[in-house]
Amino acid sequence: MHISVNVDGVTYADEVEPRLLLVHYLRERLGKTGTVVGCDTGNCGSCTVHLDGHSVKSCSMFAVQANGHEITTIEGLARDGKLHPVQEAFRNNHALQCGFCTPGMIMQAIDLLADESDPDDETVRKGLEGNLCRCTGYQNIVRAVQDAAQRMKPGAGPKIEQHSDEHVTARQPVGGE
Amino acid sequence: MIPAEFKYLFPSSVDEAVRMLAEEGEDAKVIAGGQSLVPILRMRLAAPTALIDIGGLTELTGVRDDGDSLLIGAMTTHYEVQRDHLIHDHALLLKLVTDTVADPQVRHRGTFGGSLCHADPAGDLLAPALALDAVMIIAGPSGRREVPASEFFVDYFTTALAPDEILIDVRVPKYTGWGAHYEKLNRVAQAWSIVAVAAAVQVRDGTIAAARVGLTNLGSGPTRAVDVESALVGQPVSAIAEAALRASAGDGYKDNLARVLTGRALTAAVAG
Amino acid sequence: MTATAEPEVGKARLRKEDARLITGQTKWTDNLQLTGMLHMAVLRSPVAHARIRNIDCSRATALPGVAVVLTGEDFAAEQGSLPCAWPITADMKAPPAPSLAVDQVNFAGEAVALVIADSAYHAADALAAIDVDYDELPVVLDLEEALQDTDLVHPDLGTNKCATWIFDSAETGSGTNVEDEIASAEVVLERTFRQQRLIPSFMEPRSVVVDPSADMFTVWSATQIPHILRWMLAAVSGISEHKIRVIAPDVGGGFGGKLQVTPEEMLCLLVARRMGRPVKWTESRTESMLSAHHGRDQLQKITMSARRDGTVTGLKVELLADMGAYLRLVTPGVPILGAFMFNAIYKFAAYRFVCTNVFTNKVPTDAYRGAGRPEATFAIERMMDELAAELGMDPMKIREMNWIKHEEFPFSTVAGLTYDSGNYEAATARAMELFGYEELREEQERRRSSGDPVQLGIGISTYTEMCGLAPSRVLGALRYAAGGWETASIRMLPTGKVEVITGTSPHGQGHETVWSQIVADRLGVPFEDVEVLHGDTASSHKGMDSYGSRSLAVGGTALVHAADKVLAKARRLAAHMMECDEADVEFATGSFSVRGTGTVRTLGDVVLAAHVAHDLPEGMEPGMDADATFDPDNFSFPHGTHLCATEVDTETGMVRISRYVAVDDVGTVVNPLIVDGQVHGGLAQGIAQALYEEAVHDEMGTLTTATFESYLVPSAADLPAFLTDRTATPATSNPLGVKGVGEAGTIASTPAVVNAVLDAVRHMGVRDIEMPLSPERVWTALQGGQS
Repeated sequence: MHISVNVDGVTYADEVEPRLLLVHYLRERLGKTGTVVGCDTGNCGSCTVHLDGHSVKSCSMFAVQANGHEITTIEGLARDGKLHPVQEAFRNNHALQCGFCTPGMIMQAIDLLADESDPDDETVRKGLEGNLCRCTGYQNIVRAVQDAAQRMKPGAGPKIEQHSDEHVTARQPVGGE
Repeated sequence: MIPAEFKYLFPSSVDEAVRMLAEEGEDAKVIAGGQSLVPILRMRLAAPTALIDIGGLTELTGVRDDGDSLLIGAMTTHYEVQRDHLIHDHALLLKLVTDTVADPQVRHRGTFGGSLCHADPAGDLLAPALALDAVMIIAGPSGRREVPASEFFVDYFTTALAPDEILIDVRVPKYTGWGAHYEKLNRVAQAWSIVAVAAAVQVRDGTIAAARVGLTNLGSGPTRAVDVESALVGQPVSAIAEAALRASAGDGYKDNLARVLTGRALTAAVAG
Repeated sequence: MTATAEPEVGKARLRKEDARLITGQTKWTDNLQLTGMLHMAVLRSPVAHARIRNIDCSRATALPGVAVVLTGEDFAAEQGSLPCAWPITADMKAPPAPSLAVDQVNFAGEAVALVIADSAYHAADALAAIDVDYDELPVVLDLEEALQDTDLVHPDLGTNKCATWIFDSAETGSGTNVEDEIASAEVVLERTFRQQRLIPSFMEPRSVVVDPSADMFTVWSATQIPHILRWMLAAVSGISEHKIRVIAPDVGGGFGGKLQVTPEEMLCLLVARRMGRPVKWTESRTESMLSAHHGRDQLQKITMSARRDGTVTGLKVELLADMGAYLRLVTPGVPILGAFMFNAIYKFAAYRFVCTNVFTNKVPTDAYRGAGRPEATFAIERMMDELAAELGMDPMKIREMNWIKHEEFPFSTVAGLTYDSGNYEAATARAMELFGYEELREEQERRRSSGDPVQLGIGISTYTEMCGLAPSRVLGALRYAAGGWETASIRMLPTGKVEVITGTSPHGQGHETVWSQIVADRLGVPFEDVEVLHGDTASSHKGMDSYGSRSLAVGGTALVHAADKVLAKARRLAAHMMECDEADVEFATGSFSVRGTGTVRTLGDVVLAAHVAHDLPEGMEPGMDADATFDPDNFSFPHGTHLCATEVDTETGMVRISRYVAVDDVGTVVNPLIVDGQVHGGLAQGIAQALYEEAVHDEMGTLTTATFESYLVPSAADLPAFLTDRTATPATSNPLGVKGVGEAGTIASTPAVVNAVLDAVRHMGVRDIEMPLSPERVWTALQGGQS
């Protein structure tokens, strides 16, 4: 099937098998190997990317479902050589060890901060419940996310990340059914 | 893990989706948010020959006011349910339950209708749908039909949906001003509930006017604690502890949880 | 070159590794794409024990993209037997361990056939088209039943008993006879503990790529042990070791789980040789859980003798250890690593340890974070609480009575080790202060007397462990097949930059950062000017890799010695350059100077002089490089006091950790950020053993917890914030004074949590609950039933 997807600011047009997982499309077709696969069941969150500004697990989606959408991966966060504040915060707070879960964790943390600009410890922990880390015991990850919240200024990161929840309102009644 | 091959179809309307289902036969499957289905396909626990993706049917998303009830589009994501003003005002229980579904990423993709159709007895949304007397509006080759939740959930992972039918909307009566709470016991945040209790209570002048109690994962589908509900009508709030004991009669661990969590859910619903 | 004045050791340096990890510029093995690369997929047995009657590959072979389908018979002549490097006794039974099953499968998940295809998708399709006809055999799962030898895992061995290994303090002379102590004791306690089976659950699934081109087999693998892997691949396959290059690129966690020579590594190598093309294999998570080695799985029968005043007099340990179906690299030795740790920080007269290793039809066990030591620590720390309860004493008081006092170091233990240093009093005092022990005891009493449905418990773990694996002569005495030394090289480059090559193989620990700190201090060069190379046998030809909290204590020491060699040569050359006596040359902050004069040569000047070699002292070789290999005299012994408060909901059985304090003494700290991080992660895994994780098999031997849906690795939402602090009693066994920290948190925390839960409900009649302490088990115990 033919798809057209914008990934990290670049539009790609490709023919793909319907069963091709989005994460495999990103890794193997586009070379976006920063996004990784850690499990089969959507539990670990290592493959988290953003679809139109919202975090999703790219192992639980087919590439064809991303047709016409915008994807942001860990590789699309830094702009003009400047790290995203969440990336900075992860380094400054030693929030990673082996680093395998880190791309997904950072993508989810950014999503969390879009909804909660000043989250407390429990809010961060719940917001990251879909991302497993085996190295850090999460302590420094929680600290990093809270640290990033303080550094985040309006407009940080790429434009597609600057979404709002305006579209999430009651649907107007649809006539003619 | 890698799914087997399948044909992938994007219908442009509900009617086309229904037609495609009929054409592709019994091995075709509807994919909504895919948050349960894709892992199943990856594990090759199912191998449908065709997937009919209803993600593009925008008429199936969103919540609308329909007088005495709400109509929740089957493709409304959990994320949208969590933030919807109508649901917050008229079906608070659904919001509170949805807050606990899976994790944020899954809530962005997963849908209200998809969860109900998957019918995992440990799934969180079945019990409140049952307790709140939700009605499933289903599209099929011969038109629309309505099935109450009490008849929709048939068995483990089995609903009243025929292979050529699609859930399009869920009608939920308004519970404006009712207190609500979801009391969920799971071993880790991502684990399925061992048991969970969804409760909604209407209190007037310190007396319980009505109560709704649905239980997650106590049987092959959601269960409703009708004995608890009826025992509470007209009673003071202090009657909750006694009434909650009727949630389950057995002496197993889950029966105990049903009673304990029912008491806690009702108490919190009244307080909240 | 600017000199760094502020010491690097002890500084909270941000990690060098992070720049690539936070931007997705990482080199995971699975990222590799080579021209003409084939993909390998492994068909795994769905049954735990069976003869393979027939494998029909015809349907699979005909599918699109399939190059070949291979079975055990195709490799029968060349695959040999996977190595076990630790034959713990002379008469140990060891079955042949084929990489690909030939005529029998012995655990569910064992490899039975391979598809080699042009893509992973095609390989997966073909896998589903292979038909295997199994003739099922009786399944051996339970350790005690296995010892009856009614059904045999390996009929050729004639028994399910692998080996029995004994330590007895009366025989070695390190103590008295434990049976005498038990016979004459005022108090004897007997308890049985089960160490459930765990799955290491590194986040990066295993992945292997083998490229057979250019007259060399280049093997990329997500491994902890590139050097050992190279050696063993050569030994088993018959390919010359110098024709194998192993690279461990960025590796996403290991925790002992990647301390292995795996069937899949061997098979990728053999397939690449056969096909003459690069081959890749990357496992799925379920595949990982079904086939990568598991950890723990012991049944511990513990007998403790004591006096009524609380003095422990003896300890007898009788273990059954589950090997699973095969002996992998160090499978039989894991429980032996615990043998020296059951006595822990305590002084008592007599100790006997008897371990029987048993075969079952399960995935082989092997190293998992702590490897033998968590099991020992759990047992002794649980027993100290049991003794306190028996005697009605405070559990901390009873530990104080029995532990080695700080003035008694060095201390020869009843298990035959010499603890070089430690200060249990200091760590405990700090932990008690941070925890608020007395206040929590009061709160506990309040909840007990009011019958609060949520009861409070306090758990203690005053642990020690042996790290810095290991003195080679000790390993030899224990019949381990390799040494325990480590190596480091320093290459001074002509521009003054420094290349460090280490034989350790980090997979998350931050060696690039810490090794840079050590070298920066030692040589007075900027931290940024040091590059640390690791995990490639082409640049680092020897090494013993990373596990057992050994890298800093052993590999760091080798690095110090290499730096000292560089300095010794540089000093001699500096004296030559400054035309003075070597004895008058002083070195500080990266510069040599002549005492009492203003003459100065920076290390950079000297390195350049060595490199151009225009004017060297008589007999000096050009260049400024040094290698050093260090073999430790002794282990190192981190210790600490962990205190855990748990709230137990007696109505549901749910446990919540309400406070966790860890005060660890890991000796000198090179980088406090990294040490804290290691402790945090260790705590998470130890807590997970106590509360969440368990590999469960059904009665057919099928693993029912083969996904993260059912094998409960905790998320951020399931763990508390930890309060950590340190005391620092330097190790005397290495010049850095470091002890190791990788396993401490895991070893200490499991008993702290379980002790806390039992402390919360002991007054309600509960004496023990089997791990993991699921809400159902806790509730059942509270009903007076078997947990």
